[in-house]
Amino acid sequence: MDVRLQTSMVFHLDKCIGCHTCSIACKNVWTDREGAEYMWWNNVETKPGTGYPTAWEDQTKYKGGWESNGEKPGLKMGSKSSRLLNIFHNPDLPKLDDYYEPWTYEYENLFDAPEGADQPTARPVSMITGEYMEIEAGPNWDDDLSGSPVYAANDPNLDALTEEQREELFDIERLVFFYLPRICNHCLNPSCVASCPSGAIYKRGEDGVVLINQDKCRAWRMCVTACPYKKTFYNWSTGKSEKCILCFPRLETGQAPACFHSCVGRIRYLGGLLYDADKLVDSVNVPDGHLVDAHRDILLDPHDPEVRKGAMKNGIDERTLEAVERSPVYKFVKEWGLALPLHPEFRTLPMLFYVPPMLPVMANTEDGVYDTANDELFSPIEKSRLPLEFMASLFSAGNIDHVSLALKKQYAVRLFKRLETVGDIDAETVRVALEECGMDEAEAEAIYRLTSLPTMDERVVIPPSHREEALQMLNDDMWDEKGKAGLGSRNLPVRGS
Amino acid sequence: MLNYFLFVVLPYMAFAIFVVVSIYRFVTNRFSYSSLSSQFLEGDELFYGSVPWHIGILGSLLGHVIGFLIPNQVLWFNSVPLRLYILEVTGLVFGLLALVGVVALFWRRVSTPKIRAVSSPMDYVVVVLLLVQVALGVFTALFYRWGSSWYAATLVPYLYSLFSFRPDLSLVVTMPLVVKLHIIGAFTILLVFPFSRLVHMFSIPITYLWRPYQVVKWNWDRERIRGQYTRDKTQIAGHK
Repeated sequence: MDVRLQTSMVFHLDKCIGCHTCSIACKNVWTDREGAEYMWWNNVETKPGTGYPTAWEDQTKYKGGWESNGEKPGLKMGSKSSRLLNIFHNPDLPKLDDYYEPWTYEYENLFDAPEGADQPTARPVSMITGEYMEIEAGPNWDDDLSGSPVYAANDPNLDALTEEQREELFDIERLVFFYLPRICNHCLNPSCVASCPSGAIYKRGEDGVVLINQDKCRAWRMCVTACPYKKTFYNWSTGKSEKCILCFPRLETGQAPACFHSCVGRIRYLGGLLYDADKLVDSVNVPDGHLVDAHRDILLDPHDPEVRKGAMKNGIDERTLEAVERSPVYKFVKEWGLALPLHPEFRTLPMLFYVPPMLPVMANTEDGVYDTANDELFSPIEKSRLPLEFMASLFSAGNIDHVSLALKKQYAVRLFKRLETVGDIDAETVRVALEECGMDEAEAEAIYRLTSLPTMDERVVIPPSHREEALQMLNDDMWDEKGKAGLGSRNLPVRGS
Repeated sequence: MLNYFLFVVLPYMAFAIFVVVSIYRFVTNRFSYSSLSSQFLEGDELFYGSVPWHIGILGSLLGHVIGFLIPNQVLWFNSVPLRLYILEVTGLVFGLLALVGVVALFWRRVSTPKIRAVSSPMDYVVVVLLLVQVALGVFTALFYRWGSSWYAATLVPYLYSLFSFRPDLSLVVTMPLVVKLHIIGAFTILLVFPFSRLVHMFSIPITYLWRPYQVVKWNWDRERIRGQYTRDKTQIAGHK
């Protein structure tokens, strides 16, 4: 048993209001620079929808992630030697147009334009060439446009639905969408790391954050193709790849990452998970339908004395274990089975988990009459406006049991609290609903509390990484550097000619 | 005097600067030690430039290096006319590939607005130098035939004379102008090498083939329990 610690995340989609505050917080802190304008390390997309970059989930086009023949996983983009053969031109590199060409507006013209008969305008200019451009698409062009057959109908996950289900989905009365906020998943089996010819990308042993060493990156751009979530980006100005760093400077000082901190809906949970690195390869060599179970199997119980012994052996401190015990992620993922990985079939073992959203039917049309009343308080999961197959395609590689259980549990918790607070439903109905998903009242109450009432300290439990010790080991004079460029890299990231 | 400068001073200067600056740049500014890829901004034309260029120039360079390392064996190989023809045609094919590639790359760099936006002055210097150099090389191959033999017999001894610090100009001064320009071009490229994107030649990631897929870096010795040293401040002092 090789016990390692991963700082992991849960996004509770039922709480996401799609306000993009997370994206803006991240943009302001990290990617408001030349070459990074088009990057959204954190983005929020509408589902059904094509997302950012356009149709990123379609791996027949983008060639991201892993494939497994049941014995050994290999990169979908090809073997190691094919990486070197394609080094002069990567045939599967996404283009700028798959994201969008970044632009700004000629705001000065609004002030400086000479007096005339017309209102001055601020024409869009490209942030790459500085020339005027026609805007054809942007990073969130299909925001909220789930009813649009132009965008939503191209969602790759709709392949899992029957023709009839697809048509129904775009009926005006059933129109439905939800938001999917995405950051780097800091995977346990990252394909970006595996694809990097320079060995510049690495996973931190202590907390599992995946980072790109900017001094070692040689601009081969293989990681951009390899990441199935398209969360490594190529900076066209510095010639380096960049990605979400899980705000590690904030984590190391005990603060939540910027997107977590700014989340308005408080949908984001962060905490440590212990896993067995020895079982890692086996867990991605299973058929699609078993991937979620295999993923959960490698996660370890921090209360188990054997696990704690193994953790200590790998340098994980008692105080760190204490934080892992309180991890909200462990509860959502392992104890409750509520949170599921996004597209586990990419086989990277993503460590960002999603609680699938409940999308109950709120209205019916009968004989042409639009009726918002409903027989039951909440319509059952089977009648969910978004078919379970769609959710399963997103969160469990097609295994409907997992999404169904996660939704049923949320449903049962609602009934349970309704009985307690309002009392207008039958106690027997609640008992049956709880029993159906194998839940007792204590668990329902715990799920309710962590979903509805958690404080910041309950939502974000950062395992201490003790980086202060590493800082003290540096030869830098910290007091001398105070107020200057900082520790570590001293050069401005400007490329030589 | 001019000949002495171009064929003795320039080579030594170029080589010295090449070695010293390449190392200096690697040590002080590793961040910049690569070629700025622009495939993300424009990928289609790049394919028709980059791929033939790299294949062509690698083949051509390899030919020059083989001629330099084993000139006698090359002369022996060329003693049978058919083998000479095969070698010459192979060289010419590589040269033409490189020429097609570099023309495409040059055209792409000057004609695509997005690429112009990310081009430094040195990028233009490099692409023009390479274009001229390859054109001169192909011209030589076409109009001063059997270069694989006469290169081994005359210019290789000249290069040897440089390497042994007994420069012998007599072997060069009688060469046609095109060949002389090709030699000057070669040393000029060597001169600008460490100041330009050409340094990416030193970052061929061959170790990728045998390294494991996943890279995990531990902050320090993973067996040592992190956190225990902050409890006893005296132990930290020892680390500094």
